[in-house]
Amino acid sequence: MDFVNAIILLLNYIFIPALTYGSQLALGAIFVTLIYGILRFANFATGDMMSFGTMATILFTWYFQSLGVSLGVLPTALLAIPFGIIFMILYMLLIDKFVFKYYRHQKSPPVQFAMVSIGVMFVTQAVVRIIIGPADRRFFDGEKFIIKAREFKEMTGLNEGLALKSTQVITIFVTIVLVSLLFWFLNRTKTGKSMKAYSDNEDLALLSGIDPKKIVLVTWVIAGILATIGGALYGLDKSFKPFTYFNNMLPIFAAAIVGGIGNPFGAFLGGYVIAFSEILLTYAYKKFFMYVLPASMEPEGLVQLLSTDYKFAVSFSILVIVLLYRPSGIFKGKVL
Amino acid sequence: MVGIFQSWNIALSIFNLCLISAVMTMGANIQWGYAGLINFGIMGYTALGGLAAVLISVDPVQEAWRAGGFDILMALWLIVVMVLVIRFILKRFEKSKIRTYTIAAIIISGILLIRFSAEPGIEAIEAVDPAKTGFLGGFGLPIVFSWIVGALFAGGLAFIVGKVALGLRADYLAIATLLISEIVIAIIKHEDWLTRGVKNVIGLKRPAPYEVDLQTTDWFINLVEKFNSGKLSVIENLADRQAALNQLVIEGSSVFVKLCYSGLFLVVVIILLILTQKALYSPWGRMMRAIRDNEEAANAMGKNVVKQHLLIFILGSAIVGIAGAMLVTQDGLFTPGSYRPMRYTFLIWVMVIVGGSGNNFGAILGGFVVWFLWIEAAPISLFLINFFTAGIPETNALKAHLIESVPYFRFLLMGLGLLFIMRYRPKGILPEKIEIK
Repeated sequence: MDFVNAIILLLNYIFIPALTYGSQLALGAIFVTLIYGILRFANFATGDMMSFGTMATILFTWYFQSLGVSLGVLPTALLAIPFGIIFMILYMLLIDKFVFKYYRHQKSPPVQFAMVSIGVMFVTQAVVRIIIGPADRRFFDGEKFIIKAREFKEMTGLNEGLALKSTQVITIFVTIVLVSLLFWFLNRTKTGKSMKAYSDNEDLALLSGIDPKKIVLVTWVIAGILATIGGALYGLDKSFKPFTYFNNMLPIFAAAIVGGIGNPFGAFLGGYVIAFSEILLTYAYKKFFMYVLPASMEPEGLVQLLSTDYKFAVSFSILVIVLLYRPSGIFKGKVL
Repeated sequence: MVGIFQSWNIALSIFNLCLISAVMTMGANIQWGYAGLINFGIMGYTALGGLAAVLISVDPVQEAWRAGGFDILMALWLIVVMVLVIRFILKRFEKSKIRTYTIAAIIISGILLIRFSAEPGIEAIEAVDPAKTGFLGGFGLPIVFSWIVGALFAGGLAFIVGKVALGLRADYLAIATLLISEIVIAIIKHEDWLTRGVKNVIGLKRPAPYEVDLQTTDWFINLVEKFNSGKLSVIENLADRQAALNQLVIEGSSVFVKLCYSGLFLVVVIILLILTQKALYSPWGRMMRAIRDNEEAANAMGKNVVKQHLLIFILGSAIVGIAGAMLVTQDGLFTPGSYRPMRYTFLIWVMVIVGGSGNNFGAILGGFVVWFLWIEAAPISLFLINFFTAGIPETNALKAHLIESVPYFRFLLMGLGLLFIMRYRPKGILPEKIEIK
């Protein structure tokens, strides 16, 4: 029985949160990797673009709430996400037209693109803060829990409760659907294949008659979908605050690079690698050992490898190690 | 200008921060403009400089040293021993899988060992009067020394970072340095025994006199009286005159203190400017440009590209470290929580790009212009909003909302400024000028 308790404990505090957080990171990381692979620059505006998409979603959520439209047990935001995506894509295409297009035609070096994306980052940050303000906002409504910790305890008679938030289930479910669709698109359809070809070798792709304008357009559309859904899911699960979104850019970058930049599947797994290592290394295992070990061997301290303050530092350290020993990432992306 | 519109006090504090920004920009400019190295870790070096200011100037906390000093020193020893062992292994044995795993094992066990051996010491130190101290304190030296020590700290970090990351391609170097600086901040924030962490260190020593002392010093009061004799003689009543003088003395004292800082900072800026100009036109500067413009060619000419990159990375970061120490000196307090990449990394980069990379005067100009706009963006945009919405009544929701979000127009201004400069004047306001004699 103790053993089952220990498993439930790990499920509740490590596995499910890490899976949720990892899914949110994975969506962002695929966004970064796609932009990197096809448009060939590190997009420092990632976090702020995600916050823009989330902001659009929140505005629509408020609008629907004021109309009295709701999805019952599901959060209204799910209904608003498609509209948020449309706004996000429009915003991205606008920026691409006025900012990035010029440098693409100039064939500027990636560093210049990165600098320009910092300009975009500043502007997006300003736009988001001017429209919705810098405050912390929760826009979740509907049923909060699928399984409550206490109900679970009563149901199974175990000591440890297992709480399952509906946002966690929604996040994981949406991520699986979205990512499978994306991989189907990239690997099976003609447009997807031509995107891959363009990413591998631009000149050869142009020679074989691939239209670069269409590729760029499709990339931004996919990026908009990923950014908005990733951002909105994070906001639903935790809360929306422009500053945290900007900070989330860093673990997202870490996930994309760890997975091998330019490789969407690597980025997908990279998100989970980062999330799991962050949570595994900063979790206090005291209770777990109390269940597993006999009473005489109970640990005295918290048995925590690193304090939770170092959560971000863990992912960055992983990144540094990966860059040192395997610069192309775990799953072979582009060689740096 | 601000002096006339707002007050001399504000004008001088903006000016001081402009000077500090100029120093930071010069550091980044050396790396980017001279050598083409992109360093997004400016925040980390700034914070290290600030840490140096704390460690140098604060008086040592004897009790804390007694409580846990030994454990901390032991932990430091362990770190040194660990590094030496790893170096020994790296030198003695051929590269192999076993070697890599051995080193990894040593590092992991070393970290665990250090953690468990230092834990009681750290707890003891943090328990010493946590409301006031709870950290080891520093050396109690004058704070100006910390400018040099800050440079050493930052240079040391740059050495490690450079060894690790300089081989990476440009945009990866940017991401890697950004993330490493976040790690540095995380450590500074959470190692309370060293830095007090988010509890901040306040009331640092000053290289300039205190306002309160000045207000009671005779020569200063006489000075203020002399300066304002015209204004004072108009007032007939003796009591009123005394009150007006007191007011002037209070104002004057803070202006005087700020002027002291300005003088100190100006000296630093001028020294750095002379040094960097000399370096730019020296054979070494020529070599750096050669490396920047064509690495392979420079390599073929027998220049050690890796070594020079490392050198310039350390030099630039050291200058940023000086600026970090200066910043803490002028604020008189060290707040690890306030180090944010937006303010200390990206804004500095805007300064470098806007001012003109590769040109030291451009860097200083960028520091001044961008900092001035960053501070004054809110008043300016408030004025513009009021101007354009003059016809709309105060109660209009849109107008109220816009006025409420005035502080965020500075981001818009910076972003648009950066984008326009990048597009229409990619070399900055003052482009790089190389005269070939």
